[in-house]
This record gives sequence, C-alpha cells and structure tokens, in this order.
Amino acid sequence: MNTLTIGLQRGKIELKQFLRQKESVVFTLFFPLLLLVIFGSVFTQSIAPGVKLSQYFISGMVASGLINSGFQQLAINIPTERDNGALKRLRGTPMSPISFFIGKTLLVFLTMLIQVFVLLLFGALFFHIQIPHSGALWLRFTWLIILGSACSTILGVALAGVIKSGRGAPAVVTPIVLVLQFSSGVFFQYSSLPHWMQQGAAIFPLKWLTQGMRSVFLPNSFATQEVAHSWELGRIAIVLGAWLIVGTFLASRSFKWSRQ
Amino acid sequence: MSAAIEVFDLRKKYGEHEAVAGISLSIEQGEIYAILGPNGAGKTTTVEILEGYRDRDGGTVSVLGSDPGALGVHASAWRNRIGIVLQSTSDAAELTVAETVHHFSHYYTKPKNPDAVIELVGLSDKRDAKIRTLSGGQRRRLDVALGIIGAPEILFLDEPTTGFDPEARRAFWELILSLKAEGTTIVLTTHYLDEAEALADRVAVINAGKIVEIATPATLGGRNLAKATISWHEDGRTVTQISANPTNDVLELARRFNGDIPELTVTRPSLEDIYLTMIEGQE
Repeated sequence: MNTLTIGLQRGKIELKQFLRQKESVVFTLFFPLLLLVIFGSVFTQSIAPGVKLSQYFISGMVASGLINSGFQQLAINIPTERDNGALKRLRGTPMSPISFFIGKTLLVFLTMLIQVFVLLLFGALFFHIQIPHSGALWLRFTWLIILGSACSTILGVALAGVIKSGRGAPAVVTPIVLVLQFSSGVFFQYSSLPHWMQQGAAIFPLKWLTQGMRSVFLPNSFATQEVAHSWELGRIAIVLGAWLIVGTFLASRSFKWSRQ
Repeated sequence: MSAAIEVFDLRKKYGEHEAVAGISLSIEQGEIYAILGPNGAGKTTTVEILEGYRDRDGGTVSVLGSDPGALGVHASAWRNRIGIVLQSTSDAAELTVAETVHHFSHYYTKPKNPDAVIELVGLSDKRDAKIRTLSGGQRRRLDVALGIIGAPEILFLDEPTTGFDPEARRAFWELILSLKAEGTTIVLTTHYLDEAEALADRVAVINAGKIVEIATPATLGGRNLAKATISWHEDGRTVTQISANPTNDVLELARRFNGDIPELTVTRPSLEDIYLTMIEGQE
C-alpha cells in the first residue's frame, strides 16, 4: 500500500482509539458544551438589536475548539504514545512518517468537525446562536477552520516534542490554553482587555483565529468595534500562515519517536 | 551461508559512560543468536543500534547489507525485511487483537496472513478482545505477532518471555523454532539461561560493553570440558566427588556397591553456573 492509503488507515485507527476512550470523548465534546451552557445562560444581554452576547462568545468557543482538537489533544496524545511504546513500535515498521502524520491530521480534523458541529447545533437549538447564512461567510469559515486547524495541529506536534512525559502533559498544556483563551477574547471581550494583555495575546494564533470567527458569526457592522476597527482578514491569514511555517520548523526539530 | 548481521568494533557512549566498548560479532543467516549479559551490560544499546533506533559513536554495522545508522531513503525497504519485538509496551490498549494485527499487515509489502499469525501465536480466542484486557503473556504474544506479521528475514526479540508461565514459555519456544525452520534469522536478548540453551545456536555473553565470549550453549566457558560432580549416599551421609572421567568413576562405584548406587547424581555445571562465573570474573 502507498503512503496515502496507509495514512487513511492510520486515520481510521486513530479515530477508533479516540472514540473508545470515554474520557477523551467526554473531555473533547462535553466540556465545550458545558461551557456553552454556562456562558450561554450568563451572556443573555444584547450587544446590538437582535444580537446577543452569546453570539460573540460562540466565535471564541469555535476558535477554542480548533485549539482543543489540535494543539491540546496532540500535545497530550503524542507524549502518551511515546511513553507507552506506540511510536517506537511504529518507527520499527516500514510505515512512512508521512502516513503517521496524515493519520494524526485526520484525527484532529474529524474531532474538530464533530466538536464544531455539536457546538453550533446546540447553540442554534438552545441559545439562539445564528449560523452563518451566506456562501461567502461559509467560505471564510472554511478557510479559517482549515488554516486554524493546520496551525493548531503542527504547534501541538511541536510542543509534544519538548514535553517529557504523557502523564505530565496536561499540566503543561492546559495552563497554556487557558491563559490564551482568557487573553485572546474567548471568555472576555477582547476590546475590553488591558492593552498589555491584548499586545501579548496578539503574538499567538488564538487571538487572530477568534477575531476571524467573530467576522463569521457577528454582523459585519461589528468590525468597527474591533481594536483595529476592521476584521483584518488579510492579517489573520498572514499570522496563521507564519505560525504554520514556524510550527513546521519547530515540530521537525522537536519530534521524537521514543524516550531516549 | 552468509552473514545476516556483521558488527565490527561497535562503540557507543552516553556522556562519559562507554555503554558499548568495541563489540564485534557476526550472525549467520538462519541462526538463533542469543545475547546474554547483566542489566546495563550494553545488550539493549547494541540491539537498538542494529535495529536502527540508535546512532553509534564508532565501528561498522551491516544488517542485511545495509548500515542501520545511514538508511536514508532506503529505510522503509530495509524495515520491510526486519521484525522487532520491543521490551514492555502498553500501546493500542483500546484496539482489538485482530484490528491491530490486520492494521500492521498493511505496512509490509509481503505480509503473512494476519489470521494465520494470530492463530500461530495462540491468540485466536482473543482476536476480538481489547488489548487492554490481555494478560502480560498474551500481550507479549501479540508483540510477537506484530514482529513477524511482515514475514521478516531477521527478527529481533528483546526479552520476549518475561512474565510467562512455564507452559507459555514452552509454547513460545516452539513458535521461535518454527520461525527458524522457515529460515528466519533470530537475534534474542534474554535473562533466562535455559531459554538461551533451549533456542540458541550461539550465545554471546556481554559485560560492561564488551564481549566476554561467543560460543554454542554447550561449549560456553569450556562447559563441555568442565569436571562433573558425582554424589551418592553411603554410611548415612552424602558423599561428593569431583571427577574428570565420570563414566569410569560411576562404573567403579557400581562395582563396589554391587549394583545400584544409592541416590546417585552426576552433574556438570549448568549454563547458569558458567555464565555467573564469567560475569563475576569480569567485575
């Protein structure tokens, strides 16, 4: 079989393993839902005629979903597989590393799609979240999801390389994700954050991804309320693209098949 | 017969510590070659260099005609011809035995039949069981199944029977001998001397990163030439005699007792005795 076919097989195996681990399914699917329920129930005030604050919040939740399924999941999953010998065993087979990463990418992509789908479905059914209604917005949503997920995946692989053990991985990854979420406008309105915090968050991809998602879920008129008074879609693409390149370089340097 | 593996003056340092300090060996095609040595002797490092997992600091290595430290684009083709059974793994816990063996068969160009391999390692009853539910011995047999699924020319086994009960070990030895009968070259590291004795054509004893001796299990450490110990019961006590010619001495005893010698035993040093003497002599 060729590299691509084996990569698809890897994806199937990865997804099977994911779905059979109850904890990871709950963590990935129900935790964002729980947050949606809590914040959706708190953020009921309107920020404009017909637009609830929860509409602002869902942008951040979707962006976080990309970070959870890629960055967070892989930075825990890869060190765990390094500890339990899975990676070393694979390294001893003729399987191409490319097939391995195709498998991981499929895992991230499918768990991300499930997560976003569940969020939007529950949001629309119970919290009056408005789903993008034009083809142009869906197109924008699509490239943001693809670029965002790619970035999140590769940075997860890069971080996994410097994490010493699978057991310790959540303790490293979770604080990073939480700090980014608080400072990137996921839980709080970005424009209301202190200037230094905005500056700090602007270095990292989540701020830009969240901003991009706001351009999808909020009316176009809200662009003027952004710090730059614009959605800055071009800049979002550049920052995410740059992180993708930096991440690829870091991941190729840090990735290890076994504990030495 | 030609050599499947050639190693000359292999060296590997971890910091200041020289884990492998100039090992040379040659493993013939189709033989079972056991590498013995205490923990920290350099066995695993040596084998992991042969398997292509580790870099070396010096010496030359050829495995199936390729240098495992410089495979480059040939890595996949080379790994297609070798099988590796690592020490203790706990991966793929949520997959079933059949799913895992079938999946791994896709990696190889000419795999064995996955169901036949599951049968061969004695896991047919467990084919649909999740790997996390397997016992230690069953897990190890799965490891072996994944090691041989690609029909390797060389199979590396790192302490394969740790945690086996005696019956499972016998069954495992049968399996290894059947692979040898198919022409597979087998490199075995083990702590169990009876295992080396039962399986190996040749044994290399390694200590402190160096080869102490390479021989057949029967001749290691001059075992075949060693004196035997004869003991028997006489006048209410056990009498022991060291003998260079036990056959003659026993015949003489039989004449003296006029038939049956009470509680007669004749022992030569076991492989374990010889091995322990060799290792202690080094320290």
